[in-house]
Amino acid sequence: MPNTAIDRTIDRSQMQVSDEIAIEITGMNKWFGTFHVLRDIDLVVQRGERIVIAGPSGSGKSTLIRCINRLEEHQTGRIVVDGTELTSDLKNIDKVRSEVGMVFQHFNLFPHLTILENCTLAPIWVRKTPKKEAEAIAMQYLEKVRIPEQAHKFPGQLSGGQQQRVAIARSLCMRPRIMLFDEPTSALDPEMIKEVLDTMIELAQEGMTMLVVTHEMGFAQAVANRVIFMDQGQIVEQNEPREFFNNPKSERTKLFLSQILGH
Amino acid sequence: MNTRPGAGQPYVRDQMLAEKAPPILAAGPLKWARENLFAGPVNSALTVIGVLVVLWGVQAAYPWLRHSVWTASSLGECRAIIAASWGEGASGACWAIINERWTQFIYGFYPSHLYWRPVLALGLLFFALAPLLFGETVRIRMAVLGVVTLLLVAALVQLGTGSGLSDLALLAALLAALWVMWKTPSRMLWFAVLYPFLAFWLMWGGSIWLPLVALAGLGVGWLALRATLGFGGLVAIVAAIVAPLIWWLFVAGPVFAWLDASLPVAIEAVRSDKFGGFVLSLTIGISGIAMSLPLGILLALGRRSDMFLVKTLSVGFIEFIRGVPLIALLFTASLLLNYFLPPGTNFDIILRVVIMVTLFAAAYIAEVVRGGLAALPRGQFEAADALGMDYWQAQRLIVLPQALKISIPGIVSTFIGLFKDTTLVVFVGLLDPLKGITDAVRASPDWKGVYWEPYLFVGAIFFIFNFSMSRYSMYLERKLKTDHS
Amino acid sequence: MALASDMPKAGFRPSMLLYDTRYRSLTIQVVVLMLFMAGVAWLVDNTVRNLAALGKDFNYGFLWQRSGYDISQRLIEYSSDSTHGRAMLVGLLNTFLVSAIGCVVATVIGVIAGVLRLSKSWIVARLMTLYVEVFRNIPLLMWILLFYAVVTEAMPPPNAFRGDDAASSMILFDSVAITNRYTAVPDLLFSRSLGSLELGYVSLNINLVLLIAAVVGGVLANRALLRRATRIQEATGARPTTWWQSLALLFGPTLGVLAGLGFHLGYPELKGFNFVGGINVSNSLMTLAAALAIYTGAFIAEFVRAGILSVSQGQTEAAYALGLRPGRTMSLVILPQALRVIIPPMISTYLNITKNSSLAIAVGYLDLRGTLGGITLNQTGRELEAMLLMMLIYLAISLAISAVMNVYNASVKLKER
Repeated sequence: MPNTAIDRTIDRSQMQVSDEIAIEITGMNKWFGTFHVLRDIDLVVQRGERIVIAGPSGSGKSTLIRCINRLEEHQTGRIVVDGTELTSDLKNIDKVRSEVGMVFQHFNLFPHLTILENCTLAPIWVRKTPKKEAEAIAMQYLEKVRIPEQAHKFPGQLSGGQQQRVAIARSLCMRPRIMLFDEPTSALDPEMIKEVLDTMIELAQEGMTMLVVTHEMGFAQAVANRVIFMDQGQIVEQNEPREFFNNPKSERTKLFLSQILGH
Repeated sequence: MNTRPGAGQPYVRDQMLAEKAPPILAAGPLKWARENLFAGPVNSALTVIGVLVVLWGVQAAYPWLRHSVWTASSLGECRAIIAASWGEGASGACWAIINERWTQFIYGFYPSHLYWRPVLALGLLFFALAPLLFGETVRIRMAVLGVVTLLLVAALVQLGTGSGLSDLALLAALLAALWVMWKTPSRMLWFAVLYPFLAFWLMWGGSIWLPLVALAGLGVGWLALRATLGFGGLVAIVAAIVAPLIWWLFVAGPVFAWLDASLPVAIEAVRSDKFGGFVLSLTIGISGIAMSLPLGILLALGRRSDMFLVKTLSVGFIEFIRGVPLIALLFTASLLLNYFLPPGTNFDIILRVVIMVTLFAAAYIAEVVRGGLAALPRGQFEAADALGMDYWQAQRLIVLPQALKISIPGIVSTFIGLFKDTTLVVFVGLLDPLKGITDAVRASPDWKGVYWEPYLFVGAIFFIFNFSMSRYSMYLERKLKTDHS
Repeated sequence: MALASDMPKAGFRPSMLLYDTRYRSLTIQVVVLMLFMAGVAWLVDNTVRNLAALGKDFNYGFLWQRSGYDISQRLIEYSSDSTHGRAMLVGLLNTFLVSAIGCVVATVIGVIAGVLRLSKSWIVARLMTLYVEVFRNIPLLMWILLFYAVVTEAMPPPNAFRGDDAASSMILFDSVAITNRYTAVPDLLFSRSLGSLELGYVSLNINLVLLIAAVVGGVLANRALLRRATRIQEATGARPTTWWQSLALLFGPTLGVLAGLGFHLGYPELKGFNFVGGINVSNSLMTLAAALAIYTGAFIAEFVRAGILSVSQGQTEAAYALGLRPGRTMSLVILPQALRVIIPPMISTYLNITKNSSLAIAVGYLDLRGTLGGITLNQTGRELEAMLLMMLIYLAISLAISAVMNVYNASVKLKER
């Protein structure tokens, strides 16, 4: 498992956890058919938290964060994001999705649009931003992820790491208050993982609320304020990183850590 | 339930939760109904319309099918029976026509005491194709061939070959073939080479020396190849093509005449104009596809070639064939081929049609193989070059086997299309099962005016055949995807 | 270290023709060229000798001779006194007519069936699958023959519609009569028609020209409207609702022209033994077009389905995650990508429809093959000339359609590194 070392100094001045509750999940269960994929999930995420969710494959981590922006539907329990409860009411779903940004494992950039158009699509059609303003915002975020010169190229012409950074910028253009990351570096070649992790660290340094599903434990140790371990669809253990890595309490956690950190 | 995990609160679960059953609406038949039939206003409306369409179809077709008459000797008699059984004005299906004339649809006017020959030829086709199409596991191959053998034996017993001795001989030969296929499947590739000549002899009959002399041409070609291998790939290929040509054009005729005169061995001959029905369709279709494969591969290679002239000629040929309707090519076969060949040559209409169908199929196969070659990673070509192989060696040993394997689904699709197109031969006077035989049947006063039953019968056979082939090709495609990725 | 320029300059040896990569391809091409020319020469020689033996020559003069046969289904003026060349033109236009109808209807059927096949309603999806599989696996000829047989043998003759107590009645509010020879549909009449313009070979119907101008004008005006709406959206972010304006622009001019010309329907009425007053569409044209459309629709449905499925699920998810609604996602993200995959095989399918229209022979519809390659060929005995000309024309049509496809492919190619 890749475990890129983070060897930069982290500026923690803005990484404040406030008391405001960003996400609240109560008693949430989800089934795929008869398969009970998420079992009795209880979770409270406060604004400014940087949470890393780890666990073996099939443990339901991706499904959990996909439930937060309603890419998956939960069957029982409550999910409240930024004060809005997620139900089948379309207006609520729209509201939540414009506050929550998501970065996918396979980037999912729109190949028929330029980088700039990828970033301005949602602001223009969802927030009804005028085109020039949307482009200005997009260039601002493309500069932030350090690829402004690629604005007029197409995704097929970029490397994997560049594409993922564009994906991050694209989500940021909607000015979300919460960012979800679903294994953002798993599909990247090793030499490109660092550039994407650097971008995520800068995002964290600015105080963004982040939920990151990843195997990059170096990132967790450097930036996260909470690590959650999931197995078999339930939260098994959570703690702040130093305690989590040095002093795992559950047997399953210990087994998992030995597998991914052992090599 | 433990305290809720909040920020900064360490938490450990002490008891893993077991799986629970989903709530009633979340799974099971109600959920299925909710998601698949009534998933929203539009979908619900569509479901209702769908149900109405199904009901309408059933109420239109069911009475006609229920009032079916299977035994009658004419359409008039059929109608009388239907009126008597189900009242005046009732409509019903007169399947009696199929009952009486089904052999015509299948065999055309082939002599009925010789039906076992085309049946045997079709059964042996499976043996010839087995290494290619069912090559995945021995068990699948043997299962398929076992079923084929059983069916063949049953059919031959039904039809009778004319003497009990030949029945037994055939049975023994089949069992021997099965045994060879099981033990040393690679030997059966020889049978694939022999099969075309054997099938030709079975279908058309005549002296055994004709197919044997033609087969000898292949032997001549192989010998020429071996003899000239030392001079390089290109010379060898040219020799392998030229030598059999010389044999077939100049030597074969006299040799055949001499052999036939001194040692006549023959089975009853069947003239081409007796061929009809599905026997005709299958003959044209299968020979067309089989012969179009080598030509199609050459065209595909030519199209990818760097040599301007070769590429232009290949592209020109392919685009010409794909640009004209098959009917035009069939008319060329029947009207024009005589102009293009030396004065005095006049040969079988079926052979002429097969030639045009072969050229037609070759253009489409060329495109399929071109796709297969393009799907091959560049690394394969480069590896072959790095190993020091010349062009033809690389093609023969590395490139083509893989490209052809990828192309098999496309080749099966082309065959399905070709098989459907064999119904067009009616327009050059041949008796295809669809219009040719049906018109012949409708010409007799007994069955004048019938149309649903024969068309449905022939259509159903085409459907079963083509649908099975397309399912098989999709299965192959799925297998190939998992093999490669 | 030996440099390339230091290599000994060997003299030219004949074996280099085969083995030296510089000469090898040239040698092969020269040999191929010689073989090809020899082959062509042999074919031409045979043809010349065969023609001479039959006492025939090779010329196209017959195209200017009187044809002597009638074509009942035609789009332009023609009589048995017209030339064979004009008969060929009539046949060609008939081919275009049935192909155009087939292409349009097949596309509509195919798109609907393809989209419905992906529907969540299980019944509808299965019904569409049944349609696609049944029609794709059975030869087109059977559908043509079946449809034609149903119409000719099961439909009543015109005089069955006669009288107050007729055996058969017209459908669609007494406007359409399906008989066993033709289908009588309302004619399109203009009470204030502007007549036609004679231009030598063809006569131009001014009404038709005006209508086409109205339609084209409406489309162009609509495009201008949509462009203006996009400009407003880019400037202010809010897109004005344009759907009713679009409808008005697309249909307004056409309706206006129709009203101005006094458009009305001429209903078919039974007079004597036949229907007059309407257009009698021959059953051969109708069944051929219907069979072509429904058969090819099944193939198009598969292309549409494959095209939509080819867009990965991740694209939809990314669009939803950004807050785009399903409708916008479909039009902005899915369809543009799907169309790139759908359109090339669709264009091939249009070519196939044009080629398959030659099955008109089965129903007696006189298309290009029926006139030039059929009656003309039989009457004049000019088999070689007629066949070659016919194949050239089909080839020209097919190359034109391929060129269109290549242009489309080049213009929408996704840029990659």
